[in-house]
Amino acid sequence: MEGEVRVIEHATCTFCGCVCDDIDLTVEGNRITKAKNACVLGKAWFFEYPTEESRPEAMIGGVPATTAEGIEEAARILTRARYPVVYGLSDTTVEAQRVAVEIADLIGGCLDTTTSVCHGPSGIAFQGVGEATCSLGEIKNRADMVIFWGGNPAESHPRHFTKYSVMPKGMFVPNGRKDRYVVLVDVRKTLSARAADLFIQVKPSKDFELLWALRALVKGVEVDERIEAETGVSLATLKELVERMKRAKFGVFLFGMGLSMTRGKHYNAAAILTLARDLNQHTRFVAKPMRGHGNVTGADNVVAWATGYPFGVNFGRGYPRFNPGEFTTVDLLARGEADAALIVSADPVANFPQPAIEHLKRIPTIVLDPQASETAKVARVAFTTAIYGINVPGTVYRMDDVPIRLRPALPSRYPSDEEVLKGIAKRVRELRREALSA
Amino acid sequence: MRAVSSQVFILIPGRTTAQGTSVGDKASPEYRRVTRLLRMNPDDMARLGLTDGAQVRLRNAQGEIVVPCVSAKDELPPGVLFIAYGPESSKLMGGETHGTGMPDSKGIEVELTVVGGSPGRE
Repeated sequence: MEGEVRVIEHATCTFCGCVCDDIDLTVEGNRITKAKNACVLGKAWFFEYPTEESRPEAMIGGVPATTAEGIEEAARILTRARYPVVYGLSDTTVEAQRVAVEIADLIGGCLDTTTSVCHGPSGIAFQGVGEATCSLGEIKNRADMVIFWGGNPAESHPRHFTKYSVMPKGMFVPNGRKDRYVVLVDVRKTLSARAADLFIQVKPSKDFELLWALRALVKGVEVDERIEAETGVSLATLKELVERMKRAKFGVFLFGMGLSMTRGKHYNAAAILTLARDLNQHTRFVAKPMRGHGNVTGADNVVAWATGYPFGVNFGRGYPRFNPGEFTTVDLLARGEADAALIVSADPVANFPQPAIEHLKRIPTIVLDPQASETAKVARVAFTTAIYGINVPGTVYRMDDVPIRLRPALPSRYPSDEEVLKGIAKRVRELRREALSA
Repeated sequence: MRAVSSQVFILIPGRTTAQGTSVGDKASPEYRRVTRLLRMNPDDMARLGLTDGAQVRLRNAQGEIVVPCVSAKDELPPGVLFIAYGPESSKLMGGETHGTGMPDSKGIEVELTVVGGSPGRE
């Protein structure tokens, strides 16, 4: 391998929800040295992944162990637990996700993904009001009006503008940027504002009010001029925007976590989805959430196809039940309910609220992660796993629910998440059989 | 200029390019630096006698953090603060999700107090 140079064409970057599958990777020896077409985030993903192979396959209670020993301890913890939660799943393959669902089902536990702290509220809103949607390809080829709301793609999804939503020439927008009218609605005048023809600065936590006023105007209902004092946006600006939206041939809302994470949450997401639906009385309009992690959309798909619900699922009664706020991980931990956790490719100790982190540190936790993450550091069992997309093949879903294959560049001495989870599932089944026959 | 003892602000944690490129190694000094940097409206900073690098304390019912602030130029309106997602921002998040699974992760009300390190402060 030393000195050998290889090029892996059409490799897939799994950093963000764009899941760009046009990356040409140059591999020299055991390092990726070039990532043609990758953005700044993609380059960091491909160049700065952990290459250290000296970490043990697993750690049990801080002591190095083999993968098999880790599987034994993990299965023991999960079968003894009375209210375990399986969480994470947004940075692993579809193949691993489906095994995680199987484990949650086997142990009668809760199943939740990072969606619950991302666009979970948007998922709740989909169920309430539906989703007028499309693929990113349709946006590229058709959209002549693009409205970003509560998101900053310039920093979170750097290639979205050039590949899909702002710059590219498409079938019905042959002049690319010139054929599109781009709007950004946000509290902050972010770097994304530079890409917009119009920036609308909304007051903090007033997105719902602004969206509802737009709904009223689309329906021809009179709106009071005091809307400006409420939202920070003048009635004249809103009226002009509505006229432009109605004149568009194909409009799209691309909304970020400025809606799903702010007070109102699923009501905010439902408001933008409903506004898009209302606009279909006049023209074609769609709304899509800007999904973050590489395969968070895959997690939604896998959990939904397997259980009927996208996240926040409980198998305690032998069949899946969905209840955000009850079966979602932050709630299970912050209320001190979960008594064990299996965490796959997520780092809740680094980003959850403090009450949830404190409980997570008190219960036995099993973590699968290529790195010694903050959560892996406090885990009872921590598996080192290979990196999806770089070491591991499989399937991921782009943010518009399009499945894409991975083309790994390098081998790894560590097992994949799927292999470890299959081992845990097998051993859990055996332990349950033994318990039943005893 | 006389510093005001404490004032209520709205904190918006979010993604940045620097946070995204350093998140692969959360133990790195760069990740720690970028997730500790608070952006403020320049008029708010002038009013409080703050210059770039001055330390401020943010506090709410969940916890408190002490972080350096820098001018956000025209990015933020008065009364609004920004910090990149990370361990510091999560210290100010509560566990209540209002039945959604999602804690209040943006638009967090915080009390800001000037700590020090800013020339011209009282």
